[in-house]
Amino acid sequence: MRFDVLVEVKLRPGIADPQGATVERALPALGFAGIDTVRVGKAIRFAVEAADEEGARTQAVEVTDRLLSNPVIEEAEITVGPAR
Amino acid sequence: MTSRVGVVVFPGTNCEHDVVAALGSLGAAAELVWHGADSLAGLDAVVLPGGFAHGDYLRPGALARFSPVMEAVARFAAEGGPVVGICNGFQVLTEAGLLPGALQKNAGLRFLCTTVTIRVETSRSVLTSGVAPGTELRIPINHFEGNYTCDEDTLARLRDEDRIVFRYVENPNGSVDGIAGVSNEGGNVVGLMPHPERASAAILGSTDGIVLLRALLASAGLRSGSGPAALAG
Repeated sequence: MRFDVLVEVKLRPGIADPQGATVERALPALGFAGIDTVRVGKAIRFAVEAADEEGARTQAVEVTDRLLSNPVIEEAEITVGPAR
Repeated sequence: MTSRVGVVVFPGTNCEHDVVAALGSLGAAAELVWHGADSLAGLDAVVLPGGFAHGDYLRPGALARFSPVMEAVARFAAEGGPVVGICNGFQVLTEAGLLPGALQKNAGLRFLCTTVTIRVETSRSVLTSGVAPGTELRIPINHFEGNYTCDEDTLARLRDEDRIVFRYVENPNGSVDGIAGVSNEGGNVVGLMPHPERASAAILGSTDGIVLLRALLASAGLRSGSGPAALAG
């Protein structure tokens, strides 16, 4: 079966995010008020062929741990679902 | 015997010729090593130079870490061979787990291309052996992701084990504790963001990098069998 995977990589809590801080500082200039805790991360999508959803998740976790995220500064959230 | 230094070239590396020229001017036989190489046999030291290995895609060093040469670099390092990562090379060494921590985007989000003053903090590394702690050097930096980051336990260990090799006199990029370079436990693997090869001739505006490159060649010389350790052994 084919599954769609979404990996959201974000900086760990406590790690300074200069990109997020810059975006946040720009918002008032554009007239947006009341927005805070802006954090910039990345989203990575791919499709995986596996026997079942559990198998697809196992592969996605391994790819994320070994390549897509750096555990020193980042954490990842993985979403797996049937291919659309 | 002349020391043989391998300078690793990944697709996107762009400081390899500067390093070869600087080491060559000090009498070393420096040669380029393609990232697909699976052996470093015959080399006395290895330098991972600056640039944008594999385009810095995903994260700097994230893809370079899987180049075939990195397994050979890990073996070379485990045997005590001198390994120095400069700028992007430092990022590759952290991604490969040969050095602790990570290099984040600069605080302030500026790409920094300027000459800074760094302080040598220890002579217990292949890049600073024989250099007095406290020595200040003017060396260029050229990076967007040079903001050294690690957790508190790692920082405490780096301090306790005398593995902070360089600090910035004025922190330009937000690095924790002003760290500009660190070493592994053995002191034979060193990573630093500043470029000593760009401070290796008067015409470049500074010759302060020479003392570091000479220290590296001295360590390489011990390995090649031309130095005092080999004679004593």
